[in-house]
Amino acid sequence: MSFIDFHLPALITLLPLFGGVISVVLGTLVKPRRDLSWGFALVVSWTTLFLVVRLLESVVTSATGVVTYNMGSWPGPWGIEYRVDHLNAFVLLVVAGISAVTTLFARHSVDAEIPRDRSHIFYALWMFCTCGLLGITITGDAFNVYVLLEITSLASYALIAMGKGRDRRALLAALRYLILGTIGASFILLGIGYLLMLTGTLNMADMHTTLMAIPNLEGNRTVLVAFAFLLVGLSLKMALFPLHMWLPGAYTYAPSAISAFLASTATKVGVYMAFRFLYTIFGHEYSFNTIPGHNVLLACAAFAIVVPNISAIRQTEVKRLLAFSSAGQIGYMVMGFAIANQDSMTGSIVHLFNHAAMKGGMFLAVGAVIYRLGSSHVQTFDGLGKRMPFTMLAFSLGGLGLVGFPLTAGFISKWYLIKGCLVAGYWPLAVLVLAASLLAVIYVWKLIERIWFTERPEGAPEVSEAPATMQIATWMLILSSLYFGVRGEFTAEMAGQAASFLLEARP
Amino acid sequence: MSLFLLSLAGKYNYAIYIVLMMIGFYGVIAKRNLMKQAISLGLFSTGLFLFYISMGVVEGGTAPVWLTQAADHSLKDPGPYSNALTHVLILTAIVVSVSTLAVALAIIVNIQRAYGTIEEDEIRAIEEREHPEENVV
Amino acid sequence: MKDQVVLRVITKLTVPFMIILGAYIITHGETGPGGGFQGGVIVAAGFILYGLVYGKPAMHTVLPQRLTDFLAAFGVLLYAGTGVWCMVRGGRFLDYAVLPGAETGAAEALGMTLVEYGVGITVATVMITIYDMISEREDGSA
Repeated sequence: MSFIDFHLPALITLLPLFGGVISVVLGTLVKPRRDLSWGFALVVSWTTLFLVVRLLESVVTSATGVVTYNMGSWPGPWGIEYRVDHLNAFVLLVVAGISAVTTLFARHSVDAEIPRDRSHIFYALWMFCTCGLLGITITGDAFNVYVLLEITSLASYALIAMGKGRDRRALLAALRYLILGTIGASFILLGIGYLLMLTGTLNMADMHTTLMAIPNLEGNRTVLVAFAFLLVGLSLKMALFPLHMWLPGAYTYAPSAISAFLASTATKVGVYMAFRFLYTIFGHEYSFNTIPGHNVLLACAAFAIVVPNISAIRQTEVKRLLAFSSAGQIGYMVMGFAIANQDSMTGSIVHLFNHAAMKGGMFLAVGAVIYRLGSSHVQTFDGLGKRMPFTMLAFSLGGLGLVGFPLTAGFISKWYLIKGCLVAGYWPLAVLVLAASLLAVIYVWKLIERIWFTERPEGAPEVSEAPATMQIATWMLILSSLYFGVRGEFTAEMAGQAASFLLEARP
Repeated sequence: MSLFLLSLAGKYNYAIYIVLMMIGFYGVIAKRNLMKQAISLGLFSTGLFLFYISMGVVEGGTAPVWLTQAADHSLKDPGPYSNALTHVLILTAIVVSVSTLAVALAIIVNIQRAYGTIEEDEIRAIEEREHPEENVV
Repeated sequence: MKDQVVLRVITKLTVPFMIILGAYIITHGETGPGGGFQGGVIVAAGFILYGLVYGKPAMHTVLPQRLTDFLAAFGVLLYAGTGVWCMVRGGRFLDYAVLPGAETGAAEALGMTLVEYGVGITVATVMITIYDMISEREDGSA
């Protein structure tokens, strides 16, 4: 066990990598059997979750609150260092948990949507995507972030394009995501290049100390250019308001399990990257006091809260509606870290966790509907409450969480966010957050009315409930969002410690 | 104006890489053929590589390899060497760019098989006809 | 390209040299310009040239598709496996110093060589697979 504990950060990234490669090897050696690749992916993802929980324990119980691991035993700032603090460990838990639960869900849905002779490659790509996401979260080296970001992105382009069996628009969505995602990653690479030119190092902690030692930081145009490029690239990757147009297509036409997986992890890791770059490398003194970085972010976040939610009301396809809603929720997270005080950042980090659980659960429920009924158009949901009661109950509870109903997790994060807005004196923003919740009520109520209060139309197929694995997976996520809504201390405390860690420069 | 040109003379590498990047960016936005968009994406990345490599140039620098041209395999210090870190970073970025191009080509081949064309406006027209009420991707 | 005699003869003459050049570049990456990726692409170019001139069935006789898939994954396994071997021998991931080696620097050389081979194999087979997949016609023929 001590071997595993010593090498935990490396093992967390290595296990999905090996899993993916061995899945391909097994696929060439053995004729692809129906559940073999799924079973293997399940074992790998749950083992990774177990390792991540161990890492979380060791971070919480360690003296400094940070666990480091030097790749290749290269010392200090010259090597690639994996650095896990509270924020890291928390986001790792989100990613590994969502990966494990959606892999559990995927058994029947992947069987229905992906051709059988491709399923080993599908699960391999999924594990590579997980490896990349975990790696981005765990690393402490700026260029390593770019490399792993590209691994994640390439795997997700291919995964989204595999939805072409069901609807050929998946290909166009994947291509648009590819083009926009590559441009965003290239901007991030540019920003990292300028930072390398200024500081001569790629280690995040070292970059910060070297940057702060530059004389006349305020007038230095290179730092400003680096900040600008990084901000644009990161906004594209986390789908912040004007740069979110790839999101609806990518989430709608992807295979159902992949929609749930990417919706809950890809943009959250993008938000995490923004945290790292803005707070750890540039330092929040520079990002928010020296240059007015928060103006741009607040403006984009304010629009992001309103505009995608309005678009969501008009949608007739439920997955597209949920995708626009996700773009709106990203606005909450960005607003949280743009205001930059303890409460709003706690709200932002807690919302990362809660939104992953709620939105993941809702996408899984829609995946079950697609599995049984073949379509996710709003009309399919008419009167579905009587035929698929458990799945629709999970979906409705997730919707309540989106709105921010008390006793659900969404309430906790909105509470902290509004408190942070008021503490910082941004009255209009607090009103905006409440108004946007009303917008969410509109589209959630439209769906709930269709599900529970509409009569089943003539000629609608008689379907049974979703299979057991799908239901267990969906309820795992929804129940966790309810649990962390009622007893929010764990997430709030982890997020609070992460926030104070990031803000530690501020007295 | 002359001051601008003088300062440009010392930093012409930055001007060149910006020009290349923007040509690629224009191609991605303005061209309707999907293959041209993919190629412009490659051009966009190439400008980026130029920036990184030109960042690491040292006057009179060579590769950081201890030369063993002598018959007795003795090692000789090569003198000043260009910053190898930027070269290694760009190697990785080139591999990433090639892989992205490969995935883009694979998707474009599949689009050709599914729609029969790779012109974006024709594809939009086909989608408008089939799914008139939804927002086209 | 059955009646292009010049192309076929020249291809048969140059493909072995291309593969040898690629292998040379893979192995000599530490001491000169080269390395896994560059050498792998040149090896792949040799096979792809053979496939272009002699047709895909000939290339598939030389390199069956399952072998290419297996080798692509095997290269990654070699790279990551070297890192895990370092972990098993007591160092951290990819810590070449703990590998077996008599003189100073031999352990690092062993580690670097193994990972370069892994990268070269993967890159070559992936390039061949890309060519294979993209040049396929709709009915699956060459």
